[in-house]
Amino acid sequence: MSTTPAIEAEGLVKAFGDVRAVDGVDLEVARGAVYGVLGPNGAGKTTTIRMLTTLLRPDAGTARVLGHDVVADADEVRARVSLTGQLASVDDELTGRENLILLGRLLGFRTREARTRADELLAAFGLADAAGRLVKHFSGGMRRRLDIAASIVVTPELMFLDEPTTGLDPRSRNQVWDIVRALVAEGTTILLCTQYLDEADQLADRIAVIDHGRAIAEGTPAQLKASVGQGALHVRLLDPERRPEAARVLAQSLGDEPHLEADPAALSLRVDDADRASEAIAELSRADLGLASFALDQPSLDEVFLALTGHPAEEAAEEEELAA
Amino acid sequence: MSSATTRPPADALADREALHAVLARSARPPRPSALSASMAFGWRGLLKIKHVPEQLIDVTITPVLFLLMFTYLFGGAVAGSTSEYLDYLLPGVLAQSVLFTCVYSGVVLNTDITKGVVDRFRSLPVWRPAPLAGAVLGDSARYVIAATVVVVLGVIMGYRPDAGVDGVLLAMLLVIVVAFALSWVFTTVGLVMRSPTAVLNTGFMALFPLIFLSNIFVAPTTLPAWLEWFVDVNPISHLVTAVRGLMDGGASAGDVGLVLAEAAVITAIFAPLTVRLYRGKG
Repeated sequence: MSTTPAIEAEGLVKAFGDVRAVDGVDLEVARGAVYGVLGPNGAGKTTTIRMLTTLLRPDAGTARVLGHDVVADADEVRARVSLTGQLASVDDELTGRENLILLGRLLGFRTREARTRADELLAAFGLADAAGRLVKHFSGGMRRRLDIAASIVVTPELMFLDEPTTGLDPRSRNQVWDIVRALVAEGTTILLCTQYLDEADQLADRIAVIDHGRAIAEGTPAQLKASVGQGALHVRLLDPERRPEAARVLAQSLGDEPHLEADPAALSLRVDDADRASEAIAELSRADLGLASFALDQPSLDEVFLALTGHPAEEAAEEEELAA
Repeated sequence: MSSATTRPPADALADREALHAVLARSARPPRPSALSASMAFGWRGLLKIKHVPEQLIDVTITPVLFLLMFTYLFGGAVAGSTSEYLDYLLPGVLAQSVLFTCVYSGVVLNTDITKGVVDRFRSLPVWRPAPLAGAVLGDSARYVIAATVVVVLGVIMGYRPDAGVDGVLLAMLLVIVVAFALSWVFTTVGLVMRSPTAVLNTGFMALFPLIFLSNIFVAPTTLPAWLEWFVDVNPISHLVTAVRGLMDGGASAGDVGLVLAEAAVITAIFAPLTVRLYRGKG
């Protein structure tokens, strides 16, 4: 296998009117792993992917994908990568099997080979029973699996997955994750865009965090989480009146002021250490404050953003509308 | 501490081994030729007609209604008898029927763009205009079906073309040639508009006045002078005159030549425009 990186992008820029959707993104993605691109809606993830897959021409900057320039050698890039976009880009008015046969033929298989390949893929993706059904009657999870199957009619060297689990139920999400893991095990490099920290954490070996068209942090999931703390302790009381008391106890125990949530009975606090969190809970119950519930969660994307940028993730979402 | 890392294995894909096998076994075939890529897209166009015949019903039902309604309701008043009016009307409705079908070329293309299907095609290493070239096959099928419906209904109603089967086939051919030219206008519209419904509405709204203010339904000599002028310059009138000539056996080379020249002009403007907009899409 070649040693050139899967993706090398420098200073990529793309503007739509006045909105700089991508504003100088640098990326270096090694081969043979999952690279997560994490960011809220409108951060510039999809635009970046569209430039890397030759669908959009960058306004500035350069990108080499598997050693080929995305502008000068666009055909070479197209022959080696595949894209599973946000809008499950399968044809609603064809059956699942016809969709895969069409792509097989477009990739250069003879009709008979394309049929064989389609049937193999349908069986492996648990879609054999639905093969003859029009895609418009598929469930969200089935569509997504068909979409991914369509991207690996020929196993690509590099696969772009743009928010593959957005809108899926947990079971379908796990199936997609399994497929991603199987692809990586067979040697495909994956660039995964997601707005879920959980998903990036599950799948990615390295993560870039994108905000307002720029990469604002890069590292392994552990490094990223370390930069924002391990997690957050969420506490909910039976009686909202007692929240000030609970806040005092928590502040004393953990040495930090808790955040008072919009819910008048709830508080939260960033905690790095699970043992200290459980001590704090023990102190709350010794003080007999009437706990309704408590939980120690991973930091959310919002918390990552708050820590990295000082603003919550939603702010960027408005620009999505403009850029779309 | 976190509960997010445990996943029940029951949720996994049923056939993990098959998944690995299918990923391991996929040699890349050589890049398809421009022709075979276009043929694959053509096959897709035909499948869509098979799976969604409703789109065909939409475009054929209108001319059928026109043919029935105008012949039996107004035929006697306009031409003295329904059978004489049918002779006058049928070639025009043939043209109308096929031209309305052109709007679907734009609708189909716009649907592909708004659904993201075009993104997938564009990220494949195939000859880039192949989807447009392939659409020709599906379009032809639609034109032939629309034309056949009108002619068959006409014959059932008593239409007997003076120029016989040859004349009818030539007339259908001419209409289809013009339809291919006109379909470039609607693919351009399809690339500019935001939704398939908008394409459909724009297309029909643009076609309706051109269809009505032509010589399809009445001879322009009965019209006020300013309207007669418009009908005479309307290219749809030119097409209908040529089609009538071919079906009656009285076509002049000049009539047919004018129609072909107009089709060539439309194609020369809108085909490059479509290809350019398609390449730059996104």
